Amino acid sequence: MTMKMVTLRIDEHTVEVPAGTRVVDAAKKVGVDIPVFCYHPKLESVGMCRMCLVEIGRPVVDRASGKVVLEADGSPKIQMAPKLETACTTPVSDGMLVVTTSEKVAAARREVVEFILTSHPLDCPICDKGGECPLQNLTMAYGSGTSRFIFDEKMRSAKHVPLGELIYLDRERCIQCGRCVRFQHEVVDDPVLDFYQRGRALEIITRSEPGFDSVFSGNTTDICPVGALTTADFRFGARPWEMKPAASICAQCPVGCNIVYDVRREAKSSGKPVIKRVMPRQNESVNEVWICDKGRFVHHYNESAERLTQPLMRVDGELTPVSWQQALETAAAKLKEAGKGLVTLAGGRLSNEDLFNLRELTRAQGGTTLLHTHMGGGEWTRQLGLNQGSNLGSLGNGDAIVVIASDLHQEAPLWWLRVKQAAQRGATLIVLNARPTRLDAYAAHALRYQPGEAAQAVAGLMGNHKTPAAFQTAREALAGAANLVVFFGSDGLGLTGTRALAQTCADLLMQSGHYGRPNNGLVGVWQHSNDQGAWEMGYAPAADLVGSLKKAKVALLAAADPVGDEPALAKALAGADFVIVQEMFLTASAEKADLVLPVAAIPEREGSLTSGERRAQRFYPAVPAPDGVRPDYTIAAQLGQRLGLELEGRAAGLVFLRLAQSEPAFAGLSYQALSTAEEQWPIVGRRDLYFGGTTYDNNQGMGTHLQPVLKAGERPAAVAAALDTELMDAGDNLLVLPHTRLFDQGSLVRFSRLLVERVATAELRLNPATAKHFGLAEGVAASLNLNGADASVIVRMDDALPPGAAWLPRRVGVPLWAPAAAQVKVMERD
Amino acid sequence: MSQYLLLRHRELPDLDKLSGYRAQGGFETFKKAVNDMSPAEVLTTVKESGLRGRGGAGFPTGLKWGFIPNNLWPHYVVANADESEPGTFKDREILENNSFQFLEGLMLASFAIQANVAYIYLRGEYWQLAKQLDRQIAELEEAGLLGKDLFGSDYSLNLYTHLGAGAYICGEETALLESIEGKLGQPRLRPPFPAVAGLYGKPTVINNVETLANVPLIIANGAAWYRSFGTEKSPGTKVFSLSGNVVNPGNYELPLGTTFRELIYTHGGGIPHGRKIKAIMAAGASSTIIPASEEALDTPMDYEEPQARFNAPLGSASVIVMDETVNMAWLVSKTVNFFKHESCGKCTPCREGTFWMNRISHRLVSGNGSSADIDLLDHVAHQIQGKCLCALGEFSTMAVISGVEHFRPDFETLVGN
Ligand SMILES: Cc1cc2nc3c(=O)[nH]c(=O)nc-3n(C[C@H](O)[C@H](O)[C@H](O)COP(=O)(O)O)c2cc1C
Ligand code: SF4
Ligand code: SF4
Ligand code: SF4
Ligand code: FES
Repeated sequence: MTMKMVTLRIDEHTVEVPAGTRVVDAAKKVGVDIPVFCYHPKLESVGMCRMCLVEIGRPVVDRASGKVVLEADGSPKIQMAPKLETACTTPVSDGMLVVTTSEKVAAARREVVEFILTSHPLDCPICDKGGECPLQNLTMAYGSGTSRFIFDEKMRSAKHVPLGELIYLDRERCIQCGRCVRFQHEVVDDPVLDFYQRGRALEIITRSEPGFDSVFSGNTTDICPVGALTTADFRFGARPWEMKPAASICAQCPVGCNIVYDVRREAKSSGKPVIKRVMPRQNESVNEVWICDKGRFVHHYNESAERLTQPLMRVDGELTPVSWQQALETAAAKLKEAGKGLVTLAGGRLSNEDLFNLRELTRAQGGTTLLHTHMGGGEWTRQLGLNQGSNLGSLGNGDAIVVIASDLHQEAPLWWLRVKQAAQRGATLIVLNARPTRLDAYAAHALRYQPGEAAQAVAGLMGNHKTPAAFQTAREALAGAANLVVFFGSDGLGLTGTRALAQTCADLLMQSGHYGRPNNGLVGVWQHSNDQGAWEMGYAPAADLVGSLKKAKVALLAAADPVGDEPALAKALAGADFVIVQEMFLTASAEKADLVLPVAAIPEREGSLTSGERRAQRFYPAVPAPDGVRPDYTIAAQLGQRLGLELEGRAAGLVFLRLAQSEPAFAGLSYQALSTAEEQWPIVGRRDLYFGGTTYDNNQGMGTHLQPVLKAGERPAAVAAALDTELMDAGDNLLVLPHTRLFDQGSLVRFSRLLVERVATAELRLNPATAKHFGLAEGVAASLNLNGADASVIVRMDDALPPGAAWLPRRVGVPLWAPAAAQVKVMERD
Repeated sequence: MSQYLLLRHRELPDLDKLSGYRAQGGFETFKKAVNDMSPAEVLTTVKESGLRGRGGAGFPTGLKWGFIPNNLWPHYVVANADESEPGTFKDREILENNSFQFLEGLMLASFAIQANVAYIYLRGEYWQLAKQLDRQIAELEEAGLLGKDLFGSDYSLNLYTHLGAGAYICGEETALLESIEGKLGQPRLRPPFPAVAGLYGKPTVINNVETLANVPLIIANGAAWYRSFGTEKSPGTKVFSLSGNVVNPGNYELPLGTTFRELIYTHGGGIPHGRKIKAIMAAGASSTIIPASEEALDTPMDYEEPQARFNAPLGSASVIVMDETVNMAWLVSKTVNFFKHESCGKCTPCREGTFWMNRISHRLVSGNGSSADIDLLDHVAHQIQGKCLCALGEFSTMAVISGVEHFRPDFETLVGN
């Protein structure tokens, strides 16, 4: 489809843009910054603030002939409009002349700024936005040196209004631009903010309970053009000019949002730089200019006093500090002893470089590498995952997206947002789940299956399984799709279930030829930021982890805490001769280990992560690592060295080169390629802060997709797995299904104390009919016996859930990773 | 004039009852239109009559109806009974006493654009009228004049009332639509215009109560008959709401083009206590203040002359008269306070400007102002002009600018004593 182009003049520039473009955006293209407050390139224009007034002229057209009237010199005669027009609402038209530099325009800017300032406190010296504030900048440019408004007559309003526990509102600073309201309504569809009252009393309120209930709330503080909205985390924390930005990648979920850590030296940390805030960094192929609240607020763990900073070794039954030298030597000796009996269990939080070195180290001993995850299917995402040129932001009309067994809103918020937007652009969205999720609202087809029958549902979508008629309609809608992306998750499923599901999804994609080309393929909604990277390097979860650990002579656990996860794993591990743990904290596994090696956190080192979309992205050091910790890849290299293995440990970039040489998926990639920045639209940048807010522009790289493993038409390597099903019938017991919540009790969330109120608790949700059957009532405390542990839960009724099963979040203190049969009884009150 | 078109209840008995209205041939026109006329014929007749909107802007009604596209459905008609302009009380009299004529007009408008649903948006204080209209709509349904498949045709129509919650801005047509939709009453960005994307995003005609009340007579008697009233460019009669310093305030239905003098002195009985007239506001608080010269008094009240001579649009024709005892600065402070109170706050110049002007005029009226404040007030008003999102912001400046221009001494007397 070719877009109709329009040519116009803006001051001395001539520019060609697609029809429908707003004058303000066309101007931005040629470097003309028209000041705006209410306009934001990601929001609908509303024309409220009147800051963007410009002079606009249009060619005079002769009514009779329909032709443009010409001047004596042959140029078209331009009729300037009598009134100034808002550049943010006016679409371009052919032959238009836009004047932004006239005295008339400058006067309008002065006048609008003056109006805004009559009610604005200009308390820049104590304002968090000071230094990166559009209003401050425009006041410098257009404000008058003296005020004609009597200070005592200024409107006074509340300055510390908690909209929720995360975001504060200063009503005096608010300029009623409505960006926050429109972001919540239009972009993320959490319409929890609104305008209230009218005239000068117009104010922002929250309508939700708890206040400002949205996982995207922090973004409003970036787009607020003044210091009216601030995060509870950062307010009064630092001045923008005192901080240095360091590019990074959010490691809280598989989306891999591009972020910036803003750091400052602080007295409280003896003059060392500390992270003051997390900001989005623009990447239109990944997170645009947004991040979720988890990514924004979960950063306090690295400054925790609980961090391990020296190796610990079990001496006389007690973990005792030892030197790195001693620790490494002991570990190396144990690895050598173990030989084939070495089991390396790695977590998806590790970087590509860590995983590579650990793999090389383990393989050299003849040991086994395992990925610690509750989710299978990576052998399929590896072969059928997304490739170069893929961008969820380009999916729309004619394309299709299937999301199955995932509550994307909770598991990968930015994917939820981008899938929703693709659907709103016209892509056919098919959502399949055993229970309703937030994505249903945008789905053309929201289909239900019986708990556990996710794979069968996909088979149904292909016509290979008996399913209700609604599946037939969805199948037809899929048939004509130009591009198809399938997301699969682990909502209500465990390892076996997800593996079967992935295989069926792979069948669907192969059958319809939707792989091996951009915007087609399979995406796993993994638990960790780099699970995909681990799969790419051949890591996979053990079908029977208990069995594998039992057989281990030496277990090397990196970023994995099996002991904390499940009593059965703890028991299995107890049989190993020697357990080595690489960790930031003294986890339950570390407590039981024979040797604990303290590691650096992501903001303290270099590395790269592979997102669920198979995009490898770099992160850079933001703060110095505490003395005594080392990156995982360095530790692995140093162990290798002692075992006569030549592993790269000096710099992450060098490890990456080795990886690129060894793994076809990474072939040809390098840190240089990953750090290439492309021009992004909209141009938000930080040059003028008013256009896109305080989001950072991307100078440090957009990352690169991994190489396709399978080209279109090629057949995948066979993966042997029967269409296995997980527990679906618990007999007389209660079938409990796990699901993932954004803020769970995972190891890192707890350090951000701000989030306590948002953290999921052990609430067992179930349909009232099922509850009745098990003698449960709303709000009662019940005891669950499952997977060999007793856990207490609070019972919550939920009409929306199908009968026959109960849902419980993962990582809320109950060892639940896959569907489980539980004995349940109401706890007696004492 | 002895003949009323709109205030016929003043002459005819029981017009406020369905039986009384039908006794005068009421709803025969609607029935005839549905049975024997095409929507286009109704529209053409209204177009030819030259009827112009009585809500304030004087926009040609037939032209407005003609903008409704026939490839986007459904269509809606909304009657604007918000009547919030200070000094305007004409729609109220029509609704209280001659509501069936208004309803028939609304029904004809709906038929003309083939709307099956129409709304009547009333200001919140008109809740009794809303109850009355609800009763009357029920009567019409019972009488088979509203509902499905009217008179055996395939045309169906239902009417609903909707009460506002006390905001002047909700008389502005797009804020009104937002309000019906249950949203905060703030004007929408235009384009798109309501004719294309109105209520719930569908093509919508919005007309004032008085405008619609004209329609049954136009369809019954023809465009030429209608044009026999009023002027060439402003045909028909108009209900003028007369108030202020006059002996007989009230509603007067007179042909458009009647002079201020005739309205104020012949019908309104002149100025009480033999005082001299000082100024006139023709459009309620949204007026340019006209100094009451002989020329002004002889100006015909239509959609052209006051505008051309005094930059004073007729608006909703709520004529407020001030005598020599009135200090115009005080008057201006009243209008400014009104607009400050009613600004919706959506756009900066109006939200901040009316607030600022209110501070200044309050200062002046309370005797704490200075001469410089008079200039500042005038300056702020000019600074608001041409920058606002809707007309309210513009309205807020009119009395200020004309007041300072023509009556500066009134302001000066308040300074420094
Ligand atoms: C601030 C403002 C207030 C208005 N209030 C009213 C009102 O109370 N009643 C009304 O009929 N029109 C009012 N209008 C005019 C309407 O926007 C609209 O033009 C009118 O209802 C159209 O009907 P008409 O063409 O029949 O006049 C107002 C306009 C503005 C800008
Ligand atoms: S809080 Fe900020 S973003 Fe929201 S309306 Fe006020 S100034 Fe705009
Ligand atoms: S969506 Fe995922 S990657 Fe992005 S900020 Fe949130 S947790 Fe981080
Ligand atoms: S001019 Fe006034 S009433 Fe109209 S949109 Fe702006 S603030 Fe609201
Ligand atoms: S009106 Fe254009 S930016 Fe606000």
